[in-house]
Formats: sequence, structure tokens, C-alpha cells
Amino acid sequence: MSTSTSHEWPLWEVFVRSKQGLEHRHCGSLHASDAKHAMQMARDVYTRRQEGVSLWVVASADIHASEPHDKAALFEPASDKIFRHPSFYDIPNEVGHM
Amino acid sequence: MYTQALDLNPPLNTVNVASADTDQQARFEETINLDGKIEPRDWMPEHYRKTLVRQISQHAHSEIVGMLPEGNWISRAPSLKRKAILIAKVQDEGGHGLYLYSAAETLGTSRDQMLDALHSGKAKYSSIFNYPTLTWADVGVIGWLVDAAAIMNQIPLCRCSYGPYARAMVRICKEESFHQRQGFESLMVMMQGTPEQQAMVQDAVNRWWWKCLAMFGPPDSDSPNSAQSQRWGIKRISNDDLRQSFVDATVPQAKVLGVSLPDPDLKWNEERQHFDYGAIDWDEFWATVNGDGPCNKERLATRVKAWEDGAWVREAALAHARKQQARSLKEAA
Repeated sequence: MSTSTSHEWPLWEVFVRSKQGLEHRHCGSLHASDAKHAMQMARDVYTRRQEGVSLWVVASADIHASEPHDKAALFEPASDKIFRHPSFYDIPNEVGHM
Repeated sequence: MYTQALDLNPPLNTVNVASADTDQQARFEETINLDGKIEPRDWMPEHYRKTLVRQISQHAHSEIVGMLPEGNWISRAPSLKRKAILIAKVQDEGGHGLYLYSAAETLGTSRDQMLDALHSGKAKYSSIFNYPTLTWADVGVIGWLVDAAAIMNQIPLCRCSYGPYARAMVRICKEESFHQRQGFESLMVMMQGTPEQQAMVQDAVNRWWWKCLAMFGPPDSDSPNSAQSQRWGIKRISNDDLRQSFVDATVPQAKVLGVSLPDPDLKWNEERQHFDYGAIDWDEFWATVNGDGPCNKERLATRVKAWEDGAWVREAALAHARKQQARSLKEAA
């Protein structure tokens, strides 16, 4: 019985487009030996009930993610720029929908 | 299918939190108190991580070991329709195992480590799968009762504070509903059959009822660490409350089916507005958890054999992928 992780199939992230017109959404991950294998596995694991019309599989090692400790530096500057939102502006009612 | 609420964690040592972690600890507590979600790369207390790894992997193990008792009946299903349904259900259990192993892997453990813990007997899985499926009616009863107990336990887990676990549970709960309904419907068909078929259903219900009640885990009074899990938003409802909900939901279903539940103390309590039920045999439960159930050895041996027999496939697939990669690099050069 092997316990070494070097024998594990690599990890892949799976994205499913649930129907035409919608974006692919991340739905989970799986292990597979290569991209073709990952696609087959993704079909078996994540679309057994017609959950999708299209699949993406991406090697997890190829995803570059922001660090949780960079959250403040990256996202907080947007919090005091409420003028970017339409609700910041008072428009008279008689103007109607704008 | 289901993890059972076992409280085997060592007691929490809160004194040991390193002072450098106190800021992060405070932020973590705040998120939990606001009913927020923790995601994989966020800071979390080591004990929270360990509790989750143990619970999610144990849950995943239960799913894939749960394939075995029902898998036994695929070749003997009474019709092509029932066979197709059973294959789909067993395949779902395998899928549930995969969702859960993936969720546990986000906490820094590997698939091989988890499987090794299962195969070496270090990790637990739900003891319900250590009982045999003696007749075709057992397959229906597993769907109706075991999966119902699973659903009861899993719905609150959809609100678990750990994001990947909660998301996996949402997928699983959607699929479990089919499992329960197919089981009930299959039993209804048998109950319209011959007296022998009806007796077979009743016999299966008699054998599984008490095991299902025990699936919810020890009484709250014997679960000292449950409070910590509840505070962390890992566990939302206590073992006894879940068990009560299960009994209350199941009694009317048994009536529709036309079977009796094997408990002379089972009766409606007007004051509590719940059904009272008799005492559970916890000695038998713990004996099974600790390895002395009727099928513990057989289940584990089947798992280990499947893993070992599949080793050459895993290696060949990896060797093929590496060869293809090397070839395409050479062609590109």
C-alpha cells in the first residue's frame, strides 16, 4: 500500500457551464492522470444529472491565487469609494427610472 | 451517505494558543460569531483544522465503505430497473466520497494519507456499514432509513462554517433525496406483494431500526466535545435532537408502508409533542465502532483488496500521462 503523495494523480479544478448563456462556475476538484482523464472523471463525478453542457478542467497547480493576508491591501481601498455606486446619487423622483 | 457523530477527539487545550496567533485567533472568532465562512487558506486554529479533517475524512470513508453493502446486491437485483437504480445510487455514494475527500484535501491532508488511515484501521467510518445486507429488502430499508438518517444529519452541515465542506454537503443533500425515495418506493412495491415479501420487509426493518437510531451518535450527555463543534459552527444540531427528528419523521412513514417499528416503548408524547422511544444498546454500538461488528473485517478487507488490485491501473495511467508529456515536449523541441 503506497502512502507517498508522489504516486497520487495530480489535482484538477472542475468548472461547469450549467446551460448555454451562463458562465462556467467552479464546482469542485478531482485527481486524474492527465487532462483527458480529468475531463472523463469530471463528467462522471460532476454531471451525472445533466448539471452541465460544457466542462473546463484546469490543473490546480496552474492556478495563482491571492493570499488571504493580502485581502485588506487588495480589496479595502474600494470600500470608501461609494461614489462608484448608482445609489450614491440623489436624483429627483420626477426624472423617473435612470 | 453519512458520517456518524463520534466524539473521539482529545479534549481541547485552549491554553496552548501561541501569542503571535492571538490577533488571527480574534479574527477567526469574530468570523465564527458573525456566522461567517472560513475558506481553505484562511488562518484557523489547529484544533478546528484537525476536527474538520477528522470529521470530513470519516464522512468520506463512510461514503465509499457504504458502497459495499449495497454493491453486494447489484448482481442480484430483482429487475433491470432496480439494478439500474442501484448502480446509480452506489455510483452516487462514490461521488459523495470524492466531493468530501476533495473538501478535506483543502485542509492540507492528502488523499493517500486519508486512504491509508482508513485501510490501516486508524480512521473510523459509520458503523452502520458493519452490518450485513441479508435480503433484497435490506437494500430498500437502507434507502428509506439509513439514508433518511443521513439526510437528517447532513442538512445542518450545509451551513457548516467551513466553506468547502458546506458546499460539498449541498451537492450531496440534493442527491440523497433520490436515495431515500427509491428505497421507500421499492419497499412499497414489496409490501403489495406476497406475505413472504411483506415478512421480508418487516424483518429488514426489525434488524435496521435500532442501528439507525444509534447512527446519530452517543447521547448529548456523553458528547463532551460536541459543544466546541457547535460553537465553531461545524455541528449545528445535537445528536439527541437529530435522533428525535428522525423518529418523529419516520413513524408516520412506517404507518403508510404498513410495517411496525420494533420498539414497545415507541409512543406519542402529547406533552413533549414528540415520540418517546426505548433505550438504545450503546454497548453493542461501541463494540461495532471498536471493530467487533459482524462485518468490520470483511468491509475493510474488501476496501484494501480493491485498492491493491487497482494499484497497477493508477500507476499505468500516471506512466502513460508522463510518456505522452515527454513525447509532446520532444516534438515541440
